[in-house]
Amino acid sequence: MADKPRIKLPKEAAKGEIIQIKTLVSHIMESGQRKDAQGKIIPRKIINKFTCEFNGKPVFACALEPAISANPYIQFDAKVEEAGTFKFVWSDDDGTVITAEEKITIKA
Amino acid sequence: MKAVNRRQAFALGGGFVMLTLMPMAANAQVTNDAAKLIEKFTGGKQPSKGKISLDLPEIAENGNTVPLSIVIQSPMTADSYVKEVLVIADGNPNAGVATLAFTPLSGKAEASIRIRLATTQNVVAIAKMSDGALFTEQKTVKVTIGGCGG
Repeated sequence: MADKPRIKLPKEAAKGEIIQIKTLVSHIMESGQRKDAQGKIIPRKIINKFTCEFNGKPVFACALEPAISANPYIQFDAKVEEAGTFKFVWSDDDGTVITAEEKITIKA
Repeated sequence: MKAVNRRQAFALGGGFVMLTLMPMAANAQVTNDAAKLIEKFTGGKQPSKGKISLDLPEIAENGNTVPLSIVIQSPMTADSYVKEVLVIADGNPNAGVATLAFTPLSGKAEASIRIRLATTQNVVAIAKMSDGALFTEQKTVKVTIGGCGG
């Protein structure tokens, strides 16, 4: 769980450029469908929400269901008009929140 | 009693096979909450075809991780952009896969995720535009090994 999320995006971009962001976070994404050796259902434990903000403004969000694979990989785009910080938030079923930040500058 | 000849035996056998197969065929049609989720998302409106392209493998060997890419044609400006996209897998125990929310800051209405598919089924995407227009696209994926455990 303590694994740092992996985020890939360029360090700098031209003004108005659309960049691609790739994110990957380690998580079991237990679906709540599987049973253990005793036949008991393993309770659901997934990341149910992912959001990305840029300087406090929403860029992309995604509500996730158990049908998302383990270690959820999410790729999306963002338009960069100014230098700033991307904030990424993954929310777990059990209330824990994984956050990460990445800075980007404008190419001179 | 008259002995059953070869032809009759075949007919009987065939009938028996039909009878035993029929309930199985009915079971194969998994009923889940797909229709309900779509209804809730669209508000009963009928989405039109087009604008969306779904990139999925035709045959997924492992249903645990099926790469899915969605690209929606949209200028993605403050006046006209893709607001939300609902992704449904109609053969999973729970039909919902993900709901993607875009903003004009997204620049492009494109996203890739990896999904679980329990069995061979249709993956449906429905996009809601900022003006309320709805578009849909679907694709069938053949799954060799299911991905929901059991």
